[in-house]
Amino acid sequence: MQIDAERIMPRKKKTVAMILAGGQGSRLGVLTAEKAKPAVGYGGKYRIIDFPLSNCAYSGIDTVGVMTQYRPLELNTYIGTGSAWNLDTMTGGAYVLPPYSVGESGEWYSGTANAIFQNSGFIEQFDPDILLVLSGDHIYKMNYKWMLAAHEKHGAAATIAVIKVPLEEASRFGIMSADDDMRITEFAEKPEHPESDLASMGVYAFDWKTLRAYLAADEADPGSSNDFGQNIIPAMLDAGEKLYAYEYGGYWKDVGTIESLWEANMELLSDEPPIDLYDEGWRIFSRNPNDPPQYIDSCARITNSMICEGCRIYGTVEHSLISPRVLVEKGALVKDSIIMDDTRIRAGAQVFSSIIDEEVEVEADAIVGAGKAPAPEKKITVIANGVRVDQGATVPAGTELGS
Amino acid sequence: MIREAFGLIYPGDEIIGLRELIDDRTVAALPIAGKYRVIDFPLSNLHNSGIHSVGVVVSRKYNSLMDHLGSGRFWGMSGKNQGLFILPPYSLREQPGVYRGGVESIRSAFDFVGKVRQEYCIIAGISSIYNIDYTEMMNFHVESGADITVLYHRIGDDHEVDEQYHEVFLEMSDEGRVRSIEVNPMNTALTSRSLKSYILRKDLMIQLVEECYARGEYEFSENLLRNNLDRLRIMGYEHTGYVGMLKSAHSYFKINMAMLDPQVWGELFQSRNRIFTKVKDSVPAKYLQLADVGRSLIANGCVIDGQVENSVLFRDVHIGRGASVKNSIIFAGTMVNEGAQLEYVILDKNVTVRRGSRLIGNGSHPIVVGKGRRV
Repeated sequence: MQIDAERIMPRKKKTVAMILAGGQGSRLGVLTAEKAKPAVGYGGKYRIIDFPLSNCAYSGIDTVGVMTQYRPLELNTYIGTGSAWNLDTMTGGAYVLPPYSVGESGEWYSGTANAIFQNSGFIEQFDPDILLVLSGDHIYKMNYKWMLAAHEKHGAAATIAVIKVPLEEASRFGIMSADDDMRITEFAEKPEHPESDLASMGVYAFDWKTLRAYLAADEADPGSSNDFGQNIIPAMLDAGEKLYAYEYGGYWKDVGTIESLWEANMELLSDEPPIDLYDEGWRIFSRNPNDPPQYIDSCARITNSMICEGCRIYGTVEHSLISPRVLVEKGALVKDSIIMDDTRIRAGAQVFSSIIDEEVEVEADAIVGAGKAPAPEKKITVIANGVRVDQGATVPAGTELGS
Repeated sequence: MIREAFGLIYPGDEIIGLRELIDDRTVAALPIAGKYRVIDFPLSNLHNSGIHSVGVVVSRKYNSLMDHLGSGRFWGMSGKNQGLFILPPYSLREQPGVYRGGVESIRSAFDFVGKVRQEYCIIAGISSIYNIDYTEMMNFHVESGADITVLYHRIGDDHEVDEQYHEVFLEMSDEGRVRSIEVNPMNTALTSRSLKSYILRKDLMIQLVEECYARGEYEFSENLLRNNLDRLRIMGYEHTGYVGMLKSAHSYFKINMAMLDPQVWGELFQSRNRIFTKVKDSVPAKYLQLADVGRSLIANGCVIDGQVENSVLFRDVHIGRGASVKNSIIFAGTMVNEGAQLEYVILDKNVTVRRGSRLIGNGSHPIVVGKGRRV
């Protein structure tokens, strides 16, 4: 009998992307108490995961697996079929992949490499040549096409995207040393004494068949922590595989802490923001709620701010980012702050240097972020999802108010 | 929706008074209220009433309308067995797309009408802006034993007679049965104005339209309704909420300004029945150092570094440093450069207002600047 290969393998894809979106983001405190880090809001209307998803869409990658684990519900709903990112094509799509049980053993992802290993079956369906592994935690605009082209030109087993970081910060990252051809000679995860300033962006292109063998070997090693940076990359280097670095020159941000999330947002309000969201050729896609235009009252006063649709502003907003459907009542003041979706700032309330999550009620005349911050690295006040700040209450600067 | 119904949106009358604004778009595609098109209102009303089979009769210049509607998915109308059907005119006739009135334009949709399986038809005009759930009207239609139910509202004190527009007034008995119809009266004591939306059974509609058409009568209110006042039970159903009537550039201006009233804004956009439109990946609006915005509707993507007051700004409008915009409506993508002064103007899409220009219209005659022009 003639076997029709097309029929058995109708979905062959050259490249499949897998996004690691299970990160807890514990340093973001109460902001990630109920959602995973990739679902955290940024820039008024975006979620962090909009960036890798939009990058995929712009790079012509239409088959994207999103591996969730920690608090996946919000992400599941958010991603849906991926239509917001143009990923709901005839043959591609966005697929949310939570850990699932095989036979008797249901397992959490024990590490980044294990997450890919557990989803080998999903990946195999598309028989890809290249597997692109991405993180759902980073803010950057990157056309993966050029990196993949370099990967193929080198005939590499793996290509890792890197950016130059200040040497004094290098010990926070996975650091690579490379020769003149950008072939990686050494890799150290968060080294104490870094020997290079090339930091991994958490963007990996792998030859899928090669990677598959390393993943299987890694799984068989009970001492492994099943992590790309700690186990897989060093193992490939030891075996003499061809690993290349691909240097990326644009903006890249890992918003790991409350302070860095706040700063990354405030950078958007500067005269020349380091990342251009207004670029017509590379608009960041996101789920667009159907909200009416914002209503700005005659009493309102807004400067140096970004405001989203569905908002009603009757008070004063200075140097702040306001997400959709926020209400700022008469006499209220919002300064140097980030206010997420559906939150209400009632009459006469004041908010200073804060991140206020979704559906918060700041009642009349309350003050959030009052007084002097306890320390420069703890200057941001955070109010978690759904919290109510009572009328006239005072929340001191640097406080984290959970639900 | 309790009874099964389909929707039919028809172009109705040409609204000549809209002048340049409809030079290359149909009224249905006219931008309104900061991010919508006129057709979003009837389409959302039908969606909110649980109706997901809708035919849209288009006459001419419907490119921008097709572009806006796409598959209809933004209005929840792209299902497998139903959805949005755009019905362009046949080109067999001498003047394709020029309908001799509502009856003829509805008749042109009969291929579509013949295929839908629903029993009732909700016909919605596009010359008025309101937010309604037709469920109540359908209940009224059935309970009152009506053959045809006509949606109307009571005109306010600020009503202005406009010769260019076909206004239809209804006189009703105490129980709400329509007894007489006045079309475009110069003076009338009647206060119930038809919104040119109707509910009737599909088979009755086909019969009445064919009857009219055979007699060479093409107007829905003047002919089809008026001929049958005695023979059929034609009832009026009142819509009590906000109604904006599109009659002229002036009335278009007034409707947009009415939406700056938080109560009207709330009624149209914050009720349980949402108004849907095509969504775009636009960026939040950005207010710069010299932004001074009051009593205005601002859509996403605007970048504002000047004064904006009593105005409606659509997406991606740029207001340059120190520019001043008052009582104006500015369509998407328009650039108002530094120091320009605008008052009572309607700027169509992608207009460029040069640095320091002054354009001052007045309330009853706003200045209209056509698409893509430089002033």
